[in-house]
Amino acid sequence: MPLTQTPRAGWRGSRIAHAFPRNLTPWLFLLVPLALLALFTYVPVGTMLYYSLTDWDGLRRNADFVGLENYVEIFTRPELFEVFLVSLYYFGASFVQIALALYFATVLSFKVRFANLFKGILFFPYLVNGVAIGFVFLYFFRPDGVLDTVLALLGGEGLTRQWLGDPAAVNYSLAGVSVWRYTGLNFVLFLGAIQSIPGERYEAAELDGANRWQQFRYIILPGIRPVLGLMFILAVSGALSVFEIPYIMTGGANGSETFVIQTINTRFKFNDFGLASAMAVVLLGIVLLVTWVQRRLVPEERES
Amino acid sequence: MSTTVTRPATSGRAPAAPRRRPRTFGRRAGRATTYLALVLASLVTLVPLVVIAMASLKTGAEFRAEGPFDPPRTWLNPDNFVRAFTDGKMLRAFGNTAIILVVSVAGTVLIGSMVAYAIDRFRFRMRGAVLGAFLLAALVPGVTTQVATFQVVERLGVFNSMAAPILLFTGTDIVSIYIFLQFMRSIPHDLDEAATLEGANRFTIYWRIILPLLKPAIATVVIVKGVAIYNEFYIPFLYMSSRELGVISTSLFRFQGPFSAEWEVISAGVVIVILPTLVVFLLLQRWFYNGMTAGAVK
Repeated sequence: MPLTQTPRAGWRGSRIAHAFPRNLTPWLFLLVPLALLALFTYVPVGTMLYYSLTDWDGLRRNADFVGLENYVEIFTRPELFEVFLVSLYYFGASFVQIALALYFATVLSFKVRFANLFKGILFFPYLVNGVAIGFVFLYFFRPDGVLDTVLALLGGEGLTRQWLGDPAAVNYSLAGVSVWRYTGLNFVLFLGAIQSIPGERYEAAELDGANRWQQFRYIILPGIRPVLGLMFILAVSGALSVFEIPYIMTGGANGSETFVIQTINTRFKFNDFGLASAMAVVLLGIVLLVTWVQRRLVPEERES
Repeated sequence: MSTTVTRPATSGRAPAAPRRRPRTFGRRAGRATTYLALVLASLVTLVPLVVIAMASLKTGAEFRAEGPFDPPRTWLNPDNFVRAFTDGKMLRAFGNTAIILVVSVAGTVLIGSMVAYAIDRFRFRMRGAVLGAFLLAALVPGVTTQVATFQVVERLGVFNSMAAPILLFTGTDIVSIYIFLQFMRSIPHDLDEAATLEGANRFTIYWRIILPLLKPAIATVVIVKGVAIYNEFYIPFLYMSSRELGVISTSLFRFQGPFSAEWEVISAGVVIVILPTLVVFLLLQRWFYNGMTAGAVK
């Protein structure tokens, strides 16, 4: 995302008189959008910052200022801190996702029969309703369900366990669902990047006798570097803000609670608005920090 | 990096087909591996969906007596679908979803194109700051701000009404603004200037010239946003708690209680929810790929 813009060369404003002052016109177009932006993005962020320094419960009339107490609590109460560890499962899963997506995007960018069919199949899960996915995989993981039956067919009955009930297995199961759901998106992004590489390069490489691996190494890999950078941001912020699938499937039970589920529960179940705000601020801070670091490491191509 | 939204090409494959090389054993093995991997990945993707579809066609007795891979006795058993649709109040859910979707998508298109028009076609003080304010908002994960957005929605007095999700969907979509901005840059200024000479004012130009020219970008935004709204679970769950206001996601979510012992009915509900997505995807595949590439690379 380019945050900078260079003014268009040869820009000429029209020199025709208008019904009202020229410099007001753009603001008329921006009035409603800016109001909505302020109302639903910046006001909530501001409120969060403010209340994270108080002990407000979201109900009382008055809030007492408590300084950084909420933040100290997040990093000192182990049960609040432990949910960060759950993110690691999803973070690990996003690497599996990226590797799979890159492999299939590379394979399908060469001549393959039924390419469009495979492309459609791999991408489709990304479009499926999250609640439906939740049920599909509750069914998949239930005792004597789809997974257990497949394992029995393959002679791996000894592996069977309570996929969603066993704290040692639940996060692997849920991270697996996440891979199933999101690999298609990464795959399509890679495919788009690979297909924007000019075809002549492949032809030149072919003439020079480069094999598939060399084509991948010297043509495809440099071409997808910007997308890879984007995916690492998505991997980090995605792993930290996992919410929907565990919330729908387990409600955060058996050790599957994520940071966002905890934040939402703190706010709406336990009415600790101050602490929940502090959690939300911490998450926002991490996401912004990761994005900033990534931007510094990978300079954006300037847009002309 | 930047992406542009273009009309999908009819051939979706850019790299030129490499010339055939002599077939050696190694190359054949390589091709076999490729197809094996593709077929495996397709199976992993499809099996969880296919078994749910099979379960939705079984009677309760059948379901309890058989394993998940046993085919249903008849492939034409509408009972579970009828029950899911009527007891699950899915007709109303589809109606509510449709209203919210149409209004929100229209709002998103208007808002997004207005912002893009103002930023791309005008030079004014604070222009950079305005653009920055929109782009910075793209980095804020939506689900985190809900703890505080809730207060805003309550103060506005729209809690537990359709206005809440409509406002949130319309007012927090930075991706579509970005898509419109990208596309707007490729529309030449000559048309605006010609229209100005004809005496058209800025609003006429936006409405009569720019909006029609934005059609491909509008199609992209409609698809990306439409799918996102159809699938959104948490916003309606949080802001429309009354049952009359159930949408697709929340109605399906409520299957958990009453149908918890009847997987065949839940499965039917799942199939009912997924089918429209499948049909739309099959009809508009290319637009989807374009849209996702344009939308994800904010």
